[in-house]
Amino acid sequence: MLQDIQILNEKDTRSGFGEGILELGRTNPNVVALTADLAGSLKLNDFIKEFPDRFIQCGIAEANMIGVAAGLTIGGKIPFTTTFANFSTSRVYDQVRQSVAYSGKNVKICASHAGLTLGEDGATHQVLEDIGMMRMLPGMAVVVPCDFNQTKAATIAIAEHQGPVYLRFGRPKWPNFTAPDQKFELGKAQVLAEGSDVTIIACGHLVWIAVEAAKILAEKGISVDLINMHTIKPLDEAAILKSVGKTGCVVTAEEHQVNGGLGDAVANVLSRNNPVPHEYVAVMDTFGESGTPNQLLEKYGLNKENVVAAAEKAMARK
Amino acid sequence: MDIQKLEDIACQVRRDIVRMVHTNQSGHPGGSLGCTEYMVALYFHVMKHDPKFNMDGKGEDLFFLSNGHISPVFYSVLARSGYFPVSELGTFRNINSRLQGHPATHEHLPGVRIASGSLGQGMSVAAGAALAKKLNGDDRMVYSLHGDGELQEGQNWEAIMFAAHHKVDNLVAAIDVNGQQIDGPTNVVMNLGSIKAKFEAFGWIVLELPEGNDMKAVIDMLELAKQHCGKAKPVCILMHTVMGKGVDFMEGTHEWHGIAPNDKQLALAKEQLKETLGDY
Repeated sequence: MLQDIQILNEKDTRSGFGEGILELGRTNPNVVALTADLAGSLKLNDFIKEFPDRFIQCGIAEANMIGVAAGLTIGGKIPFTTTFANFSTSRVYDQVRQSVAYSGKNVKICASHAGLTLGEDGATHQVLEDIGMMRMLPGMAVVVPCDFNQTKAATIAIAEHQGPVYLRFGRPKWPNFTAPDQKFELGKAQVLAEGSDVTIIACGHLVWIAVEAAKILAEKGISVDLINMHTIKPLDEAAILKSVGKTGCVVTAEEHQVNGGLGDAVANVLSRNNPVPHEYVAVMDTFGESGTPNQLLEKYGLNKENVVAAAEKAMARK
Repeated sequence: MDIQKLEDIACQVRRDIVRMVHTNQSGHPGGSLGCTEYMVALYFHVMKHDPKFNMDGKGEDLFFLSNGHISPVFYSVLARSGYFPVSELGTFRNINSRLQGHPATHEHLPGVRIASGSLGQGMSVAAGAALAKKLNGDDRMVYSLHGDGELQEGQNWEAIMFAAHHKVDNLVAAIDVNGQQIDGPTNVVMNLGSIKAKFEAFGWIVLELPEGNDMKAVIDMLELAKQHCGKAKPVCILMHTVMGKGVDFMEGTHEWHGIAPNDKQLALAKEQLKETLGDY
């Protein structure tokens, strides 16, 4: 199973979003797209060409965009807001909290350029706290797909979900390896490989890195239960508990701060149900900096070597 | 509805407001009393709306309260126009009540379409709802209410720019110009300069209502505002009101922004506000 996972091509996840929203435009007349001066970066150009009347340019004014989106839902529209992850979350947290989450509005907050792999623009734009902020909001679903194909499928799927969603994806070209015709199930973990020695749970770009790490571990005779946790909230607790029930230890891997993200979401489940050794691969309570995506992932330890080391450490603690 | 009837309703709404905030010794009577004519005029004369309440409000005029702390006047007007039983006004700010301190949708109170309280967000929401009406081919209107002090929040100016740029001409935003905010007179705390000039510079039609506590003047102004809609520009009403209007010792001061009358003060207030429709 693990050996069957192969790279189909390399594509950016934001382009998966662009294809997904274009398809939604054709199938769901209530879908409208908003942006705050980043239509090109979010790959909305084809949508805009085909559906100019369902595209709303908001200018560089993200707070207003979130409020406008909340208003559009009153009347049955399904607004997809688009900007960088930083400006989708920390920039507009109170607007998202009051006008969207607390008000229970059917807004899809679509966030590109998340994490370190935004690259050269540096720490001002590399939000590493967004998963934490968004998963704290009651009623907010948090979706972090792993590649182009899954981002496209997730974009289409969240239109069917009634309620606010945070959809997080990224900038760089990245290994695309999940099935092009997949059906995305919100809240249902994707088991990529079954194993018995250690569980690795990853999300976003780190899923591919976890796949590479699992292959290295397999060569060492270590069998990995590998989970792509593309939905951080609602979290598939059953999948986590089933896996650690077999393996007795876990590694989480994410392009996010060590505080508040996927790792903490998993730790919450473990501490209440089955506290097993748990190691984090994440950004260790620091800001990022300028650099290429790969340089940054190396420097901040979000690489396959670190996932392998974390797995061995977790196993040793059993 | 004739003016006398509307004024009778307004008198009862004011009585509801002071009684509601007295019960729990909390809430915001000043701005509520100042905006009573506007709210009564909207809900009992100007808007086409259905108290059976459907969130989407298709085919109806919609209202959004941005300065959510004046929830007492909003709740009273909703109850008195049939959205929920008037007896429920007695639960304002209680535990397990649908009448939260600031308006919310979370408890499914009929008539409320968005949470407000954290200031400066309602203009964006109203503009979005107005755009949804255009996308749906719905020719009804969207009305909103904002405090003058609230305009210090920057998000308003993003929304004001947005509404003009997108020609949201089915939106009438009223600004409650009472010149007061928590820390004192608005022009002392943070002077807004000419609100009229600012809105006009952003491309809005601005109408001045010097007598925001005169029922006939308010109705005439809302009718005039409607006539200005559909001209590719959003419409703003600068509605000059007296904070605390109707209760002499509360009038014209920021002191009654967020405090409730004691028993003696309530008795004095009730002497000035006739029970026209029956207390809840």
